[in-house]
Amino acid sequence: MGGKSEPAKSESMATKPDLLNTSFFSFKSLKLKTKQQELLLRISILGLVYILAFIARLFSVLRYESMIHEFDPYFNYRTTLFLTEKGFYEFWNWFDSESWYPLGRIIGGTLYPGLMVTAALIYWTLRFLRFFVHIREVCVLTAPFFASNTTLVAYFFGKELWDTGAGLVAAVLIAICPGYISRSVAGSYDNEAVAIFALLLTFYLFVKAVNTGSLAWALASAFGYFYMVSAWGGYVFIINLVPLYVLVLLITGRYSMRLYIAYNCMYILGMLLAMQIRFVGFQHVQSGEHMGAMGVFLLMQVFYFLDWVKYQLNDTKLFQTFLRITVTSAILVGGVAVGVGTASGYISPWTGRFYSLLDPTYAKDHIPIIASVSEHQPTAWSSFMFDYHILLFLFPAGLYFCFKRLTDATIFIVMYGLTSLYFAGVMVRLILVATPAVCLISAIAVSATIKNLTSLLRTKQKVSQTGSTKGAGSSKASSKVTLDQSQPFQKNGAIALLVGVFYLLSRYAIHCTWVTAEAYSSPSIVLAARGAHGNRIIFDDYREAYYWLRQNTATDAKIMSWWDYGYQITAMGNRTVIVDNNTWNNTHIATVGRAMSSYEDDAYDIMRSLDVNYVLVVFGGVTGYSSDDINKFLWMVRIGGGVFPVIKEPDYLVNGEFRVDKGASPKMLNCLMYKLCYYRFGELTTEYGKPPGYDRARGVEIGNKDIKLEHLEEAYTTSNWIVRIYRVKPPTNRL
Amino acid sequence: DLVLSKVERRIDVTSQIARVTKTLKVVNSGSESVSEFALTFPKFLGNNLAYLSVAPSEGKGKSKRTLVNLSVREADQKGLPDSISVYSVALPKPLSKGDTLTLEVVAAFTNVLQPFPEKITQGEIHLVMLQESAQYLSPYAVESQSLSIKLPNARIESYTKFENTKLQGSELKYGPYKNLQSYSYSPIVVHFESKAAFAVAEKLVREIEVSHWGNVQVTENYNVVHRGAQLKGEFSRLDFQARPNPRGASAFRHLLARLPPRAHSIYYRDDIGNISTSEMKSDSKKTELLIEPRFPLFGGWKTFFTIGYGLPLTDFLFASEGKRFLNISFGSPILDLVTEKLIVQVVLPEGSKDISVTTPFAVKQSQEIKYSHLDIAGRPVVVLEKNNVVPDHNQHIQVYYKFSNINLLSEPLMLISGFFILFITCIIYTRADISISKSSPSYLAKLQWDEVLATLQEVQSIVQKCLATHDKLEASLRDLSRTGDIQTCKAARKSTDSLLKDLSKELKPLLGFLQSFPSASHISPKVEELVVKEKELQEKLMAKHTTVVEGYEKKSSGRDIENRIASQQQKIIALRQEIEDLLEFIDEI
Repeated sequence: MGGKSEPAKSESMATKPDLLNTSFFSFKSLKLKTKQQELLLRISILGLVYILAFIARLFSVLRYESMIHEFDPYFNYRTTLFLTEKGFYEFWNWFDSESWYPLGRIIGGTLYPGLMVTAALIYWTLRFLRFFVHIREVCVLTAPFFASNTTLVAYFFGKELWDTGAGLVAAVLIAICPGYISRSVAGSYDNEAVAIFALLLTFYLFVKAVNTGSLAWALASAFGYFYMVSAWGGYVFIINLVPLYVLVLLITGRYSMRLYIAYNCMYILGMLLAMQIRFVGFQHVQSGEHMGAMGVFLLMQVFYFLDWVKYQLNDTKLFQTFLRITVTSAILVGGVAVGVGTASGYISPWTGRFYSLLDPTYAKDHIPIIASVSEHQPTAWSSFMFDYHILLFLFPAGLYFCFKRLTDATIFIVMYGLTSLYFAGVMVRLILVATPAVCLISAIAVSATIKNLTSLLRTKQKVSQTGSTKGAGSSKASSKVTLDQSQPFQKNGAIALLVGVFYLLSRYAIHCTWVTAEAYSSPSIVLAARGAHGNRIIFDDYREAYYWLRQNTATDAKIMSWWDYGYQITAMGNRTVIVDNNTWNNTHIATVGRAMSSYEDDAYDIMRSLDVNYVLVVFGGVTGYSSDDINKFLWMVRIGGGVFPVIKEPDYLVNGEFRVDKGASPKMLNCLMYKLCYYRFGELTTEYGKPPGYDRARGVEIGNKDIKLEHLEEAYTTSNWIVRIYRVKPPTNRL
Repeated sequence: DLVLSKVERRIDVTSQIARVTKTLKVVNSGSESVSEFALTFPKFLGNNLAYLSVAPSEGKGKSKRTLVNLSVREADQKGLPDSISVYSVALPKPLSKGDTLTLEVVAAFTNVLQPFPEKITQGEIHLVMLQESAQYLSPYAVESQSLSIKLPNARIESYTKFENTKLQGSELKYGPYKNLQSYSYSPIVVHFESKAAFAVAEKLVREIEVSHWGNVQVTENYNVVHRGAQLKGEFSRLDFQARPNPRGASAFRHLLARLPPRAHSIYYRDDIGNISTSEMKSDSKKTELLIEPRFPLFGGWKTFFTIGYGLPLTDFLFASEGKRFLNISFGSPILDLVTEKLIVQVVLPEGSKDISVTTPFAVKQSQEIKYSHLDIAGRPVVVLEKNNVVPDHNQHIQVYYKFSNINLLSEPLMLISGFFILFITCIIYTRADISISKSSPSYLAKLQWDEVLATLQEVQSIVQKCLATHDKLEASLRDLSRTGDIQTCKAARKSTDSLLKDLSKELKPLLGFLQSFPSASHISPKVEELVVKEKELQEKLMAKHTTVVEGYEKKSSGRDIENRIASQQQKIIALRQEIEDLLEFIDEI
């Protein structure tokens, strides 16, 4: 780029003195430098977008503080801390005894290390450059940093798909798109933070490889894929979308050597690299989710072979027979291989998560633990609107433009957009995966529209301009009028449409800023509410409780809580937990669910058998915090009941209704969870004018106010009662 | 031999520290002059002695001058029982026969208020026990002595009663006792309620970082524990928030730190983030920071937190004799806090030399290196360690060092040179040709393409120049219509003619050059078209010019001329438009 712009610069320098005496037409001298101007403009826009993407995500730091958000990021933070302190090999071989007591967890083999290694590398680089930052700051800012990088990738991708204009628009759109911001604000230190960057990079490099047929780009895309595999389980999307795309190209007759080179190189190298990640390992060649890629790979070879044979035979009839034989035998062999593989267990079947993606109702019936997570629910229209705003309307327009100019690249983005949008509809959190595609396609729509409109406008302007300069001396208005009459309202229409587009885009910017500031910047561990006088009230109960655990319990104490809080307890409380957010063992979680939904005596036996010292419950009855354990309780019953049939969901319901007031079922009123949440709550007046024991989260007066605990005692309750911790008493001496 | 003619002892136990103030009137009744004086404590007190200062006081009353502390050292046990600890005081001047001297002794003891019972529930009151001796334990005979114990204004459970024991309000008095033997001792026990916060920092690390850019940054890491009676049984939040007193009287919620005035950028956090419950009040004399830990501290409960603040450098850094010295308080700014292990790390700027420390009491010293932002050699750190620190130790220490101001510039210079190198590498990268194979077809194609682009630029500029000359010609026509000066118009025509001729001459080789490139095959027809169109335009313009000039020469009317050139004019405009479109197309390549 620099090489290209250089002669232009010297040229303009040379013309400068000449233009001094012809200052009357100096605007032409500017035209000479359009290339440079455009380059400068492009680079500065990109630079600004880069910065914008970063600072838009700092709302959470401004509103709250530089802290890690949500649940999973705490685990990532903890492992990163371990990695930076102990080094890579220790990390790789880490057996974590602080979680899943008494089972433990082999961390190195059960996590995607990409995020932690990335953060650690940034940290080490900064330290090498003599910037002694805290690892927490690095972790907090990793997501915004990668979001900024994603905008660059989006620019290059857009440039590859359409033109530089579309690239720039894509960069801007993705920089502030709420669908992406929701997972990449400062502090959201999760796998997705780097994964979206890796995903888009892989796709971009692959499309580039297909467009150029260059081995170098295919190699780069294999490395991009490797990074993606190391970072997130969502890599399965790549390894299925890319073969699907190749298949579509094959079917539509767009097979080329470029495609052959790109796919083969990317698949083989990508596979070998991906197998280096311990969590993936041989799954990459054995599990059902990866079989499609292998099938397409083999198909490519068959295709190539046929091509070669066709070339050799030079006889259509002979070739037709040969084709028939080869295709049938290939299909047969493939089918037999898959059949034998599946039957012998060599090829593992699809996992539940994968099934639930293809069939949205699957999880609800078969795996309650997946269905219980709110971000695994099917997406509502409102959240599409919330996360995409105008992109939702621009997306179809972009598709139209893509179809109008169908190339290998646009086919890819169309397929990426459509498939990911389907997945986004199945699961809320997959909106994130669809966001880059939606942004890119919308960017094509915006860029193409604006370009068409402005080109209309510019030709008009020029004619009127030249006409007016000429017509100044003499009355040559007639010529201008004749030119104008050819397309009567075009100019005004174009202006109106342009204003409309800019209005829409500015609404989008306002919406994104508002959403980022209001909805997506909350760390969820610190709750904020508005007081009666409009002042801001902070509920910092979670950290209060975790810090109490950290400071005032024995270092080997075991904490039982619902799995949502496991990562936070181990990271902030530094104590051993029974279950945590890595829901790998359903039975163990069901045991906890069973304990929570049993009577105290039965629960005590379970807790004794698990060596539990403390039980932690989250309770929103005082503050009106609705995502507490009582509202999650039915899932505990379902998950517990799924493994232990003693627990039956109808026992906790009255006429199919979940209640906690006087009309609740007796089993509900006496189960451990109810007792722990409402212990001594009946004596508390929560709201003026309401009876004592009025639960503000559910808006009812509780049904059982006289709760006695036999085997547990209150150890700590936070200032707003959000977290309550109970101590499990040692068994009394038997006489 | 020495005799204590009068001993007054006052013990203050309103806080967790037992602070003993003694006034001793010493008389030398022997024959030789004495230069040393022995102070004795029972061992269980002596072991917990945190602070001891002895000063001579001249004259009675409130007009005491500033006390000069006498040097005190731990003395040998020379034949004394193990249950006594001895400290020896060097007197300011030897006490000769018959002379008297009054000594003011201040001693602070930690851990002498024993919680009893040792474990209490949330609702119970916090009782502590003090053991002392009603009579002053001394190696010297005492003629008259008295003891008063100042108790907190609360319940008193029990106390040892003697004949002359009096309880007045919250003050307990023993004595006076007359003519006691040396080493007389009568144990007493006082059992009373204490509402004081038994806040003890098990470990406190204070890091004081001096930056010559104008800031002293203090960071203090506290491991605080409540050393009172331990909480047993439940902690009920309901009781605690509904009836905090008595249900939670033994706990403390706040700690008050009195920071130096003009302290700024104060923060309060712990391992897991910021703690939002703190309040700050500041005026010109002090800055008060009210710290509330995340949870109330009951007996035996612990917490850890960090507070940090910046101080203006000018208030703490001074120069003397070519050296600089930092004059800053040693202990913690938190009131009534006992620190079991205090580590003060004074981080001096990189490049400081000749470091020395003066402290008013004995501390363990060592040096370390700390690496901070942009350090190469690291910053020297003076580490001072002291056990059992009470608020009485909050005295100023001085750290002397040498530092030249040139060193200040090193870090900004490093940053500047870092960016400079970055830009230089960028420039080199874009300018330098770093392709590996100079003969590969793609490289050659690229070179060729660059040349094509350069030629295109040239063509463009020449065409632009042509257009500019056209405009000049038009302008001359306009001048003509205004002034009617035919001669200047003709002159302008002549000059443009020659100029255009030159330009077209320049253009010719370029066109040939372009055609010779295979990669420019799709461009060259366009360029040719451009040149042709330009020629046409030139001709049309010239024709128009001639017509107009002729018209003027023939003195035809303006309307007539206009009519004659109307068709030409339209063509010119159309041609001009076409040329500009072509130029734009070329521009976009």
